[in-house]
Order: sequence, then structure tokens, then C-alpha cells
Amino acid sequence: MSPVAEQIKERFPHAVVKTTEFRGDLSLQVRRENLLEVARYLHDDPEMSFDYIVHVSSVDWLNEPQSAEGRFEVVYEFYSIRLRRRIRIKTRVPEEDCVVDSLCGIWRGAEFMEREVYDMMGIRFSNHPDLRRILLPDDYSEGFPLRKDFPVEGKGWRDTFEFLEKQNQ
Amino acid sequence: MGLIQIGQSPGSVHAKDSELGIVTMTLEKAVNWARKGSLWPMTFGLACCAIEMMAAVSSRYDMDRYGAGVFRASPRQSDLMIVAGTVCRRMAPVIRKVYDQMPEPKYVIAMGSCATSGNIYNSYPVVQGVDRFVPVDMYVPGCPPTPEALFDGILKLQDMIMQKRVFVKNT
Repeated sequence: MSPVAEQIKERFPHAVVKTTEFRGDLSLQVRRENLLEVARYLHDDPEMSFDYIVHVSSVDWLNEPQSAEGRFEVVYEFYSIRLRRRIRIKTRVPEEDCVVDSLCGIWRGAEFMEREVYDMMGIRFSNHPDLRRILLPDDYSEGFPLRKDFPVEGKGWRDTFEFLEKQNQ
Repeated sequence: MGLIQIGQSPGSVHAKDSELGIVTMTLEKAVNWARKGSLWPMTFGLACCAIEMMAAVSSRYDMDRYGAGVFRASPRQSDLMIVAGTVCRRMAPVIRKVYDQMPEPKYVIAMGSCATSGNIYNSYPVVQGVDRFVPVDMYVPGCPPTPEALFDGILKLQDMIMQKRVFVKNT
């Protein structure tokens, strides 16, 4: 196991569920309750100094064996500009309680990316400063399109043109 | 008095004493001829089709040969809207607004498979053809259509304009 993973595991023995390394990519699965403190450590500790948030994404494991740990998964990717290394942090989110702590307080750059995850997957971020839809219109009412149980063709929004009706009046 | 028919010109040119002087045609034809010869398109691209549209305007193809090369940045100065690219649902009200701002007579070309039918994008945000909220005069197939294909569409649109009735109220 990489020394970075060892260090994190040593510091948070209960938080880290699993560490995997694939072709030099280090990835850690962290318990949802401990995400914020692990992230704070990754950002603040001089030995870690992951000062740059690369990406926030999410996975829907609907009807997959992995969904036993929770249907959704939020994936964060960080980069340390000074130490030139990357890390991936994953956390599981159950469908019934679809909330994760927002990391906007640590990396301001997480704001728009978390909004995108909310917009597409419907995972809410607590303590997010401005959690609104970002790609779809604010009044979009069909749900969250990237979820696996969302019909690809949508639910009729693409064929309703309310502006034409207003024009005819 | 000799009568010479010149190319696709709508009227007959009368030559007298080997001097070209008088042209006769109906007023309707004259108006249509003027309209088809100065189709000012609107600068309006949505996706990769717009790249082909730009190529069609540039020197190698020179869309100006058909009088359709003066791209305007305002719909108020345009006659032709070339919908070039995938139409997303969020873009739809914008396209409709821009269309409404164009003065009559106005024409719409749906350029490419996406603007025509949605193409392969049978998904929730993609409108399955612009004709669902804007009247389309000419469809140009292709993904994306070559400049030649776009010219074919423009020439066919010009033929269509020539057949329009000008002094009859549209019903």
C-alpha cells in the first residue's frame, strides 16, 4: 500500500473502509460520517497538502451488487500541486438519506461541481452555500436524469413548448 | 427585335440594334428575384454543423455567390435562419424569440440531422427537430452536411422563393 494511504489509515482507522490502487491511482473509500474530517486533513496537513479539487462526480449502482453498501457513490478527486500527487476519495450514500457533507468550506471550487452532482443525480450536500440546479432549468420537474431509473427520453419536457402557448394567447 | 433568354433570369431581355436595354417581367417575379438574391443569414450556430456553415461562407466555397453570404449579427437584419446543430430544449425559447424578431419575409433552413430530427440524440434534453416550434422551409440532411449540401439547400430554397406569391395574402 502506498505511504499516503498508510498515513491516512493510521490517522483515521475507523473512517477508511477500503483502499485500492490501480496503476498508480490511489483511491480510498471513506465512511460518509467521516468525509469532512478526512477532507480537512487532506487539505490542511503539510504532508498531504491536497490544495486543488480536480473533480466531483457520482455513480448510481442501482441493481448492481455494490448497491448493498448504498445506492449512490460520490467520488472526489484531489491533487497536490506542491507534491504532485493525486488521490480519489469515494463515499457511499444510501437512497433513503441522500445527503453528504459539502466540501465547499475547504475547497471553494467544489461549489459548482457539487451543484452538478445534485442536478444530475439528486444527491444533496449539507452546508452547501447555494445548492440549486446548474445545467437544467430551476423549474425542471422530471427528477434527476443521470439516475439509472430515469427514462433516457425523459418524461415529456423536451416536447413541451410553453412559450408557444403564451404566444398564441 | 430579338429576344434573348439569359440563364435563370426571371425576365426576358430585349435586344434592339445589339444594345441590351429593356427587361420585361412580372413585378412578382422581380420581387422574388430580388429576395432570393440577397438572403442575409443570421449568425447562429449550435454545434458542429456551424463549423461547416462557416466553411461554406469562407473563401474556398464562398456562399456569397448565391447572395447568402452577408451574415448578420442581429435577427432584425436577417432573412434566413440556418439552424445549424443539435437543438437542446433549453435553447428552444431562445431560437423562437430570435425567429420572432426577424422581419418578414423570413426563411428557415434546418441544417443537419440534429436540427431535422434530433439525429441519434434521442434523450431527455434534445428537441427532436426544430420544426416542433419553428416553421422550417428546407431540410438539409447530413451529419454534418458538406458546404455543397448546404448550397443545395440554399439553391432549392431560392427556387422555392421564386414560386412564392408576393401580392396574395397568405392564408
